[in-house]
Amino acid sequence: MKGRVKHLPRIQKTQQLAYELKIKEAMNKKVLTLSPEDTMLDVKKILKNRRISGIPIVQSKKLVGIVSIEDLIRCLSAGLMNEKIKNIMTAKVVALFSDEPLVHAINKFDRYGFGRFPVLDHDTGKLVGIVTKKDIIQCLLRALEIHYYAQESKRKHRYRADSLFKEILSDWTTLTMIYHVKGGDFKKAGEQSDRLKENLLKLGYSDEYIRRLIIAVLEAEMNLAIFTSGGNIIMQIERGKITVRVVDHGPGILDIELAMQPGYSTAPDFVRELGFGAGMGLPNIKNCTDEMRLESIVGKGTNLEFCIYN
Amino acid sequence: MKLRELVKYLDLDVLAGKNLLGRNVSGGYAGDMLSDVLANSGKGNVWVTMQIHPNVLAVATTKDLSGILMTNGRKPEAETLRKAEEKKIPIMVSLLSTYKIVGRLYELGIR
Repeated sequence: MKGRVKHLPRIQKTQQLAYELKIKEAMNKKVLTLSPEDTMLDVKKILKNRRISGIPIVQSKKLVGIVSIEDLIRCLSAGLMNEKIKNIMTAKVVALFSDEPLVHAINKFDRYGFGRFPVLDHDTGKLVGIVTKKDIIQCLLRALEIHYYAQESKRKHRYRADSLFKEILSDWTTLTMIYHVKGGDFKKAGEQSDRLKENLLKLGYSDEYIRRLIIAVLEAEMNLAIFTSGGNIIMQIERGKITVRVVDHGPGILDIELAMQPGYSTAPDFVRELGFGAGMGLPNIKNCTDEMRLESIVGKGTNLEFCIYN
Repeated sequence: MKLRELVKYLDLDVLAGKNLLGRNVSGGYAGDMLSDVLANSGKGNVWVTMQIHPNVLAVATTKDLSGILMTNGRKPEAETLRKAEEKKIPIMVSLLSTYKIVGRLYELGIR
């Protein structure tokens, strides 16, 4: 039972792929055909030489029937090898369209028990390919392989912060990263948040956790770029939480209580025109972090600290 | 609904991310204040804005927005387009105002 549960995700992935992939991606496009006026001897020659098990019959580019290896065997034992194909073939052909999802083909194989289905173009009705169970299995395996390698290469770049902290033996382990933000260069604001985000992805944090942290860091970065002469974002990662300190050397915040009120801003007009200075930066930071502390001395600088637990 | 359909129905110019229009649009958000969009937009939203400077990409990637729709025929800065390609965020431009384009989006079922 345990084994079955373990394999469930893979089965679901195959099912998902069967819905995503189109029949044209699995079908064999080099399809051999014969005309209704050819004989069963021609069928024998092709099936034998090409080692295939069935062949669509086409008249002026339209599919009119299909002949299978079972028909050939019947004719061989009944001595009907000189008979014209049109008298032997199955004229009511079950076909598929090239833009149908692969799962339709799988369902039809189950329902009819045929070995192959001709594939038609939806618009022109012309024969464009043929699909067998083998083609479907190969197509799914190829897609699974691509998916597997994509997952694998993603995993390789992840160090996983929690296992790192578990493996390093100490009373307290931290990983610290420092990012410098230039003052006045608010068009570049966001670049350091980007670098920081990349690192958190590599460390294996969840998208949701990263989003909360990055909203806070991005607001802080924009504050540094707009209001100060520059400063540092210091991110300290440890087991269970990430703490960010944002430090600058001026000009400081006159009234912190007022600055924390949504809508209050001291940003100059030209900055507001660019969409900054909505007076929501600090309230935004408070909303998406677990703890936040703000200290400031006018003329000396501001020290903002926040943390998020994971 | 996919971005490609929005481009078709609203006659938008696609200036970046032409190959990313297969993205699903989960809803929309309109605003020119970056902090407001950071706080209130949702994952997969299309963002309607007048802002054209490169910082919009920082907001869009942080919130995993599906694309940015600039209104009033505004021309994004070259750096904005470069970053949009790099960050894989489509940028579309409409000649309509924010008010009108939001109305059209709403009519199309983007809520």
